[in-house]
Amino acid sequence: MTGAPALTIEHVAVHFGGLVAIADMNFVVNEGELLSLIGPNGAGKTTAFNVITGFLKPSAGEVRYRGTSLNGLKPHQVASLGLVRTFQRTSVFRAHSVFDNVLTGLHLSGRSTLLDTLLRLPRERQSERELRETTWDILHLVGIGKHAHEQAGSLPYGDQRLLGVALALAAKPSMLLLDEPVSGMNASETGRFMRLLGKLRERGMTILLVEHDMPMVMGVSDRIVVLNYGRIIAEGEPAAIRENPEVIRAYLGQAGAKRAAHA
Amino acid sequence: MAEFLQHIANTLILGGTYALLGIGLTLIFGIMRVVNFTHGELYTFGAYFIFLVISVLGLNFLLALPVAIIAGLLLGALIELLLLRPMRDADIDTTMLVMIGAMIVMQNSEQLVWGGVAKSVSTPFPETPLVMGPVSVSYLRAFVLLMALLLIVATYILINRTKLGKAMRATFQDRDTASLMGVNVQAIYTATFAIGSSLAAAAGALLGPAYVISPHMGDIASLKAFAIVILGGLGNVTGATIGGFILALAEELGAGYVSSGYRDAMGFLIIIAVLLIKPTGLFARAERIG
Amino acid sequence: MRRLFSYVIVALLASVPLWLGDPYILNAFITTGIFTIAAMSLNLLLGYTGQLSLGHVAFFGIGAYVSALTSLGFDVELFEGFHVVHEPWPVVYGFLLAIVFAGLCGYLVGKLSFRVRGAYFVIVTISFAEVVRLVALNWVELTQGPLALTSIPPFTLGLPGLGYVNLYGKAGNYYLVLGVGLVAYIVIKHLVQSRIGRAMIALKENESLAVSIGINVTAYLVLAAVVSAAIAGAAGSLYAHYLRIIDPDIFLFLYTVTMVIMVITGGKGTLAGPVVGGAIFGAIPVIVRSFAAPEVQWILYGAFMIAIIFVLPQGIVPAIERWFPRGPIKQPRVASQSAASVE
Repeated sequence: MTGAPALTIEHVAVHFGGLVAIADMNFVVNEGELLSLIGPNGAGKTTAFNVITGFLKPSAGEVRYRGTSLNGLKPHQVASLGLVRTFQRTSVFRAHSVFDNVLTGLHLSGRSTLLDTLLRLPRERQSERELRETTWDILHLVGIGKHAHEQAGSLPYGDQRLLGVALALAAKPSMLLLDEPVSGMNASETGRFMRLLGKLRERGMTILLVEHDMPMVMGVSDRIVVLNYGRIIAEGEPAAIRENPEVIRAYLGQAGAKRAAHA
Repeated sequence: MAEFLQHIANTLILGGTYALLGIGLTLIFGIMRVVNFTHGELYTFGAYFIFLVISVLGLNFLLALPVAIIAGLLLGALIELLLLRPMRDADIDTTMLVMIGAMIVMQNSEQLVWGGVAKSVSTPFPETPLVMGPVSVSYLRAFVLLMALLLIVATYILINRTKLGKAMRATFQDRDTASLMGVNVQAIYTATFAIGSSLAAAAGALLGPAYVISPHMGDIASLKAFAIVILGGLGNVTGATIGGFILALAEELGAGYVSSGYRDAMGFLIIIAVLLIKPTGLFARAERIG
Repeated sequence: MRRLFSYVIVALLASVPLWLGDPYILNAFITTGIFTIAAMSLNLLLGYTGQLSLGHVAFFGIGAYVSALTSLGFDVELFEGFHVVHEPWPVVYGFLLAIVFAGLCGYLVGKLSFRVRGAYFVIVTISFAEVVRLVALNWVELTQGPLALTSIPPFTLGLPGLGYVNLYGKAGNYYLVLGVGLVAYIVIKHLVQSRIGRAMIALKENESLAVSIGINVTAYLVLAAVVSAAIAGAAGSLYAHYLRIIDPDIFLFLYTVTMVIMVITGGKGTLAGPVVGGAIFGAIPVIVRSFAAPEVQWILYGAFMIAIIFVLPQGIVPAIERWFPRGPIKQPRVASQSAASVE
């Protein structure tokens, strides 16, 4: 299932003035694998995300995707290389309809030039038709087709997060970065999401997941990387991570770790 | 050299009143984050008001000034209560448009009432200028400088030494925390707008008699005020003061050594240059005002 | 249904010169039409891309001056002994050059201005327009300054079979403005309903999200600025050759305000908004002139704008659209049977 390294993060550090958000981060995400990035709040997970996707410039280090260095690239350039992220909070265009959200997301797939557009030449019309068909495909894949003409902002929470993923999928990624996708979801919504993840993996999508929901993380990940205070403290398969004393200490603190060990 | 000194003297006088304009706007823009297009109209209002009070009502010039300032205070409060308070949750673009609407109404009302012909105000000062070496300054303008400096100092004291000023500074730093600590933010907004407007009115009342008064003088004044605020940094009273003098200097030197037609362009060129090079302003100290 | 409505409106507008005898009102139609075109172009920037550019009249005025000077010819001394001389060209070239030049200015302003945002962007754009006005006022050798450029030739159109027609009269100019207006409307419509338009609307609504799906924000902001400026330049050219006299007052802030009012009250971000706004604000001076001073017109403008912002913040057209909503999007038969869903 997993292959060559897709995303490499090498000696990445992020300093905000005197504050060290990320100390020295090194890890690799392989093609087709699902890697989860976990850690207590404030560990640096979202900062790592922002660095990888070009929203933040690292103070040191390099991020490479399929051999291309991402350093200095703007977020839209990172996206066009195939690396697309979702957001934790506003993950959709709230004022647009569900259909328009995904249609907008297909931006990178358009083929027509400015002149085609201004005069609505046949190539533009053909391109529009294709984009609209693809929109329906994505909506049905994700399972929100029935909400197509509803306003995104008025969707139930779980469906909104699914729309966020649909939007990201529209940008034709080869790797998805999901920022706490199931936070705030109830059990059945989380289940739906995990089934979607399964389908994406069947299609060979590489996924980097940041999450707090431990059962979900343990259930879907091929490997897990644990961050604390801007440093990686553990890396490995779910079973190993679960038993790792460093990890337990990071989450539960010293006393809690002792109690857990004697439980 | 003598010419240069004369320019410096002119700069001081003009700069003082520009500083008042700028301080008023930096308070409003800084604390309330409102792009206040009516600022120039308060300036015009101040000028017409003093014209009204002196020429029509026959009041003494020295008394007319405080009256004009109080009138500016009241008008500012009125605008805030009627137009800004209901808009407090709207985005910055909408509030800006409301201010533009208010500006149009005010400017054209003034034109309707007073007509488009420029007015001039008579003052009690002697016509012959005060001559100090190579520099000559009219008594009126010297008085203007004195009054401007007095008002600047008064504003400083208000911002830094009074309870009101403290509340204003707190609101500028963090509105939500200030309100949690018991500051009535809505009242502070009204006070800020009123004070800022009164400073603009004061600037108009001071400069009006020195030049001429016309309904459109507010447009240029507004833009210059913005230039000063941008130069000095948002909410930065010291920066606005210095900025006022810098603008005056740029105008004087530009008019004197380049071309008088482009005098007013100095302000805009400064704005464009500063924003493109250092968008936070030359003296940006965003943490506090005063 | 909407289509039919549009055709009826256009037909009605086309018929106006045939029955309207009063030259004053016909003139009002023409100038309102020109400003409506400028308003439509501003809407692209303000309504669709979300940039409150308050220097728009600069593009309008630049278009006017470029077109006028191209058709009048000029002779300026740039520096010691170095003259730039231009012979008069046909008006049509002036029109085209106005579009190109204004578009170029839009590009420059866009590239420079979008580095600053929010309130500062507004201030920069206003300053830009003021600087342009002062240049027009002071570069007397080129622009005649406050003495104005006069005797600007009218549009000359070559009509098959009729030979060349000089549009001195109001009717001809009316149809010219209507024609350009329709073209502008259609071009803008094509743009905003396309992939490019969606990108602009997306970046207005949520920039981070737009960027994360590959939309190059700066590029699209600049594109909007260029197209917007180009259309404003076209309107300016029409203005110059209709009035046949222009002076630096064309750059006054109050003309930008006029366009802004049309867009905001009509409904920013809608295609019909500027047209509706244009109609209302073109009508006000006509109605008011018989019983009140011109200042009253402006007071009404300001008061009306404030009222609309308080009562109908989205503008008039969206309010009307709430009464006549569009139907749901039709689902193509092909897609609904493919791809299994997760539900």
